[in-house]
Amino acid sequence: MDIAGALSVDHLKFLADGFKVTLFIAFISIILSFIIGILLGTLRFAKIPFLSKVVAVIVETIRNMPLLLIIFFTFFALPEIGVKLSPTAAAISALTLFESAMLAEIVRSGLNSIDKGQIEAARSSGLTYIQTLRIVVMPQALRRMVPPIVSQFISLLKDTSLCVVIALPEFMHNAQIVYAQNVNYVIPIFVVVALMYFIVNYCLSLIARRLESKQA
Amino acid sequence: MIDFSILIDNLDTYLEGFKNTILASIIALIGSFIIGVIVAVMRISPIKPLNWIGSVYVEFIRNIPLLIITFFFYIGLPSIGVTLTGFVAGTIALAIYTASFIAEAIRAGIQAVPKGQMEAARSSGLTYLQAMWTIILPQAIKIVIPPIGNQFINLVKNSAILGMVAGLDLMYFGDLVSSHTFVTFDVYIFVALFYLVLTIPLSLGVGYLEKRLARSH
Repeated sequence: MDIAGALSVDHLKFLADGFKVTLFIAFISIILSFIIGILLGTLRFAKIPFLSKVVAVIVETIRNMPLLLIIFFTFFALPEIGVKLSPTAAAISALTLFESAMLAEIVRSGLNSIDKGQIEAARSSGLTYIQTLRIVVMPQALRRMVPPIVSQFISLLKDTSLCVVIALPEFMHNAQIVYAQNVNYVIPIFVVVALMYFIVNYCLSLIARRLESKQA
Repeated sequence: MIDFSILIDNLDTYLEGFKNTILASIIALIGSFIIGVIVAVMRISPIKPLNWIGSVYVEFIRNIPLLIITFFFYIGLPSIGVTLTGFVAGTIALAIYTASFIAEAIRAGIQAVPKGQMEAARSSGLTYLQAMWTIILPQAIKIVIPPIGNQFINLVKNSAILGMVAGLDLMYFGDLVSSHTFVTFDVYIFVALFYLVLTIPLSLGVGYLEKRLARSH
């Protein structure tokens, strides 16, 4: 093992560049999948004839597939039917697609956890169904959803590492370039990469735990 | 639109991958369950150092990507002289990673049983182990089965990671088929179908168990 060589200033700068890409991709995907997840989850909850069924089938299909397959598919298979995406666009689309389906389930069970009496009471006070969802149900459900949503974001951040398969210049990809130079760099680089992920994700999980205990 | 001849011509290759995906998932499930139980017991045990080791394991492993653990076994260990095949490295990594989630599920399950039950059992003359085995665990298992089922579904999906270390699973053989037929889209649609054949029935099963066990409470 060559710890000093592996962790030279140039290497660390290069790794930091990769980490920035990881955070950027994760951030964009989090925002997009949050919006789409709420939309899909609500549509499934609202039991609109036909539409809710279609959403359910789509969500269940995506949720039950490996993310790696979806990433692979968006980058390598879509060009075959004429959709060519850059690694960045493919990574963001694949992560957003998968995480939206996961979040849709969290949103649906959050909405389901609200007492049905509340909807009935709101409807009898003259609110429309949309108003009821927006003003009465959603704010309460969102508060309950926060901890599982944060854990889902943690797994999203971890999952960005799978984008090495499409040569996205993110953290794992840059780490591979560094340790490929010298076999003695492998273990030190792995330790640094694991620690970086750990620090960021552990902080997020502490936030999730605080929010959880505040609710209780 | 989708060319079924690809599936028929390469059925043996697909099935070989399918078999290995199932095999890796089952071995990793058993492994992660054993590690998970040990870590959960460490986390609830009154002995401080054990407690500490259990917590570090869970917090560290949960918060790093599975890919790093897999690469550690496949690329990291050979750099210090231990060589593993992709299948073995991937399966070990899956077991270690999933164990951290299973340990948390088991710990939460045991702690969800009211403390009074243990106290009552102990005052009726049962030893700690007897009370744990006959009173606490049967109740905890009911709480723990659905989350462990969900972890198993995740494990099956995560097993695609074997494809990245030449682990002879569905992803790996899908790659192989696409590289000699020069078709990607259809080949991966079939790979996806094979995964769904495994995960959809599992999801439905876990959903059913969740409802039944919730009713029996």
